[in-house]
Amino acid sequence: MSDAAVAIDVRDLRKRYGEFDAVRGIDISVRRGEVFGLLGPNGAGKTTTVEILEGYRARSGGDVSVLGHDPGRRSHELRQRIGIVLQSGGIYSHITPREALHHWASFYPHPRDVDEVIALAGLHGAADVRSRRLSGGQLRRLDFALALVGDPELIFLDEPTTGFDPEARRSAWETIRKLRELGKTILLTTHYLDEAQELADRVAIVKDGRILAIGAPRELGVGASHYRIAWRDRDGELVERHTDDPTSLLAQLTADALARGETLDELSVARPTLEDVYLELTADG
Amino acid sequence: MADAVVGDNPARRSHRRRPGTVALAWRQYRLERRMFWRNPSAAFFNFLLPLLFLAGGGAILAGNQDQLNRLIPAIAAMSVMATTFTALAYNVVFLRERGVLKRIRGTPLPTLSYFGGVAANAVTNAALQIGIVVVAGKLIFGIGWPRDWAELIVFVLVGVVSLAALGVAFAHAIPNFESTAAYVNAVFLPVVFISFYVFDSSSAPGFLRQIAEALPLKPLIDGLYGAIVTGSGLGNHLDALAVIALWGVFGIFLAVRGFSWEQHRT
Repeated sequence: MSDAAVAIDVRDLRKRYGEFDAVRGIDISVRRGEVFGLLGPNGAGKTTTVEILEGYRARSGGDVSVLGHDPGRRSHELRQRIGIVLQSGGIYSHITPREALHHWASFYPHPRDVDEVIALAGLHGAADVRSRRLSGGQLRRLDFALALVGDPELIFLDEPTTGFDPEARRSAWETIRKLRELGKTILLTTHYLDEAQELADRVAIVKDGRILAIGAPRELGVGASHYRIAWRDRDGELVERHTDDPTSLLAQLTADALARGETLDELSVARPTLEDVYLELTADG
Repeated sequence: MADAVVGDNPARRSHRRRPGTVALAWRQYRLERRMFWRNPSAAFFNFLLPLLFLAGGGAILAGNQDQLNRLIPAIAAMSVMATTFTALAYNVVFLRERGVLKRIRGTPLPTLSYFGGVAANAVTNAALQIGIVVVAGKLIFGIGWPRDWAELIVFVLVGVVSLAALGVAFAHAIPNFESTAAYVNAVFLPVVFISFYVFDSSSAPGFLRQIAEALPLKPLIDGLYGAIVTGSGLGNHLDALAVIALWGVFGIFLAVRGFSWEQHRT
């Protein structure tokens, strides 16, 4: 891959806090225009990794390149080109979203139009309300809006929907998809499987500071686990079978059922989900 | 569409205009002013405190012009400390705990612009309070206008810079916002009491006098007393100015060195 096509390149990244190794040799390469997900349980080292890439933390070892820059040097130019949605970032209590966006826009050489950003983030009704009166969901939209107003090429989203109700999550997902359509590169951390599956082009599953698996969500699913075939038998019991070859198992099951003159009630065939892979990979022991 | 590849074109990027550091400091200053006035209780107490002290002290000392002459510069110096040291310690701890500092740290806003705006906000509040105290001194307590404006300006400026830096530095020692009042008052009140006592009483014990002279507030009171009341000239208070300035150097060193943009989890 040429350098111009790579937004983030990480080689053997390590981070040690005292005696604790939070990140133990992570390699990732994020292409431009890609939505890349870091998926893992709490304490896996996701936020540490992202905060090193954002320039908040110094790494203990490894090579890191973000848009061709070493984020550890905290160059002004790099910060003009990235947008950051922190896991929890606050704002002045007495500022309105519109004022905050105008202020933030002044930091950047080519900001987006403030009204456009308000619309993009879904802040229409709340743009002129002081932040202390905004709901949690509205504040999160403001986080998005502030990260977008500088028109960054690369956006970091650290657990963007943690603590959201389902509706707020859907709308945050909608915003992230719009960003992708705008050609933005996105690095997303999450501990929600469905979020990674919905949004990410590729996912790295992280645990204990290491990457356990990396790939497109569907590839990860196919590679690691079995198809699950389930139905309800004559006594109403749910029966479940796992196989790598669903075609022949189904043929056999349906042939047997027909021969007995029975039906396979509620018959379902499920592809392995990211969740199965995730549980398999992150299971202790 | 060219827009999509703007980021991939280094040639185009190189002549992007970088917003000026001073222009951004000015914007930050205006934001800080607006935020200050929008928090009515903070704004109210910020200006009420010195006025309450003036009213209380003035009532007790009424008729004793010599004592009133000493009260005004003491209150003025305390105001400088309240608007810089106290206010900045509060502000930094609050913004740090809220994650505002961390968010700002992730933007291209130059650090110098941010602190320039914050410091200018503190200077404005100090200037407003000095103005209030001086006007009250003239109109209510019959002190007359300051005798030496140059000395007043020099001492206020050096005092503001030093105490502001010390306030930011002190914020490093405060673990969380809930404990800010305890930490700040544990420093502010003893310093004010010792400094006022030594300034006012010629019979103060020697060790207390030595402590007060070594702290920044008593030299500031001396300087303001000279500027507002006696007009004895800056030259007579250079040692006092040096003490404040030394604290300033110490404060700036600590403020920059230990500055933390985020709350450390405990």
